[in-house]
Amino acid sequence: VSAAAANTRRSRTMVTPEGLALPVTVASRAARAGALILDVFMIVGGLIAFHLLLYWIAGGLLEGTAFDPSAAPRGAQEFLQILLVIAGFVTWYGYFLVQELGPRGATLGKRMVGIRIASRSGGRLAPEAVIARNLLRDIELFYPLILALGLLLVSIERDDIGPLAWAATGWFALFALFPFFNRDALRAGDIIAGTWVVEAPRARLAATLSTQGAAATRGASEVTGARYEFGEAELSVYGEKELQTLERMLRESQPEALAAVHAAICRKIGWNPGAGDERAFLEAFYAQLRAKLEGDMRFGKRKADKFS
Amino acid sequence: MKAPVLSSWFGRGEIAAPPDIASATLRSDRFRLEREGDWRRLENIVARMERGGLKRIADADLIALPALYRTAASSLAVARETSLDAATIAYLEALVQRAWFQVYGPPRGFGAWLRDFLLGGWSRAVRAMWLDLCIALFVMVAGAIVGWLLVAQDEAWFYRLVPSGLADTRVPGASREDLLATLATEQSAGGLATFAAQLFSNNSGVCILAFALGFAFGIPSLLLLVHNMAMLGALVWLFAGQGLTAELAAWLSVHGTTEIFGILLSGAAGLHIGRSMAFPGARPVLAAASEAGQRGAVVMVGVVIMMVVAALLEAFPRQLVDGTGSRFLIGCMMLAFWLAYFFLYRPQRPVEDSA
Repeated sequence: VSAAAANTRRSRTMVTPEGLALPVTVASRAARAGALILDVFMIVGGLIAFHLLLYWIAGGLLEGTAFDPSAAPRGAQEFLQILLVIAGFVTWYGYFLVQELGPRGATLGKRMVGIRIASRSGGRLAPEAVIARNLLRDIELFYPLILALGLLLVSIERDDIGPLAWAATGWFALFALFPFFNRDALRAGDIIAGTWVVEAPRARLAATLSTQGAAATRGASEVTGARYEFGEAELSVYGEKELQTLERMLRESQPEALAAVHAAICRKIGWNPGAGDERAFLEAFYAQLRAKLEGDMRFGKRKADKFS
Repeated sequence: MKAPVLSSWFGRGEIAAPPDIASATLRSDRFRLEREGDWRRLENIVARMERGGLKRIADADLIALPALYRTAASSLAVARETSLDAATIAYLEALVQRAWFQVYGPPRGFGAWLRDFLLGGWSRAVRAMWLDLCIALFVMVAGAIVGWLLVAQDEAWFYRLVPSGLADTRVPGASREDLLATLATEQSAGGLATFAAQLFSNNSGVCILAFALGFAFGIPSLLLLVHNMAMLGALVWLFAGQGLTAELAAWLSVHGTTEIFGILLSGAAGLHIGRSMAFPGARPVLAAASEAGQRGAVVMVGVVIMMVVAALLEAFPRQLVDGTGSRFLIGCMMLAFWLAYFFLYRPQRPVEDSA
């Protein structure tokens, strides 16, 4: 229940420029935090690898100078130092910018957890917006972290931190905790840029259920040869919610679960549950229930679940 | 949240041929089977676009994309009203969303954006925040004067305003010769390149901070400007005491006209956001904030470029070019260049595409 409730709490409708209402799901704060952690790990890992590479090169530089750094050619050393400084800066800002400007609108970390950025207005995602949202990340996250670490060190050494430090902490905490104070989990950078982070679902087209098994043969079972036919009264026990639960179970196709559902349905409609032919029974029941509910739908009659 | 399907990352699983349409017993499944081919074609094009190979997509596919997108969107609308197949609806929702991101994707590549940015976009954004520029300039001048006055009243302020690392021999009571020596040139260019790279990294960080703090109604940005300029005011006071004002100004102007201009721009960009959030006018606050934020972001990309120029100027010409006159010449040339670029250079705005 809680997962479904959380889903509806996070689902929004985005209206495209041609007036089509598209459902989107705002990414959960946990998914975003996870994506950020992944990204930071990748950046730090990449920079460390780069340092090691340079160290390896510089190690070669020291050969033949009896490992005396002062004897190494200065120009080459300086070049490596510049490379480090520039690489740090470019990686830190470029990593997010280049990837979010790309057609997927997501960094590697975001792609791994299945989320992406989008324009809140439903229009195009402008390059300016991507730049703006990434420039604010520093004050939202890393300055507060550095400040908090500094305060921790100070408070270990001395007892009093002073009111100014507390004020600064509160101030930065305001930025860091910003996503918890609004419905769409916007961080300050999202507000400035007019963007939000949404789930990027990648669903596969599943097989049609009414072309396989007993559903395709109008209730006839291959195993027993029996034909399952359900009457009006038996089919009006359940609604759309139960139908879609049954659909999921048929697609997952786990024998124990199918047997349990089979028993539950038989009890509900007053049949005597047999054994060994659960799948055919459920396929037939699914096809006939869906045919009935979809038929009612065409006349504007919908039955959400078994209670309605 | 559904766990991402890892197999969708690697390889494209074999797609079985769809079953015969007539074999479907349900009307909604027949509806789906009739349109499935179009959906799969759209999915294929979108997947290729996401991988970034726009050039490898056939023209016929690109032309078909909008029509396929609309087909899928209308299929979704029909399916929601006629089908209870949750898997198909979930697939269509994901497909239409993905296709929408590609159809309304970034309007042009980064290269085209950069060209537009350099040829007019940047200076247009700077001019659009003229009021914030004026306020920031006023605050900076006021900050410098305050710095001067504070130090003139009480020398202890000097140590509070100027970080000790910066003022090695530049402290109150230093002799004229000591001060002159800090303005002298280096003997060789060795080590200056590293210095430039570190300056750039550090100064850009300060500018980005000034911009980002503008989010809190612009006040922290202004405080940062005041603090930076008070430091400058204190330095000027120190050198003026020994009659070295002109020498210091020349020394500073080489890179300062670019660097202080950049700091001015970033402070103004921060203030622009803060001001538009405090006084959004008739627009919703969020809309006003995002409009100002995007304009500010354009200016900030420019500020990073200015910081590169400033760091190069600071490391090389300032330390290598001697003489008050030639230093002033470089500094004033840079200032004239920036002013002309921002306020005189007004190319025609390129025609925006309507979508």
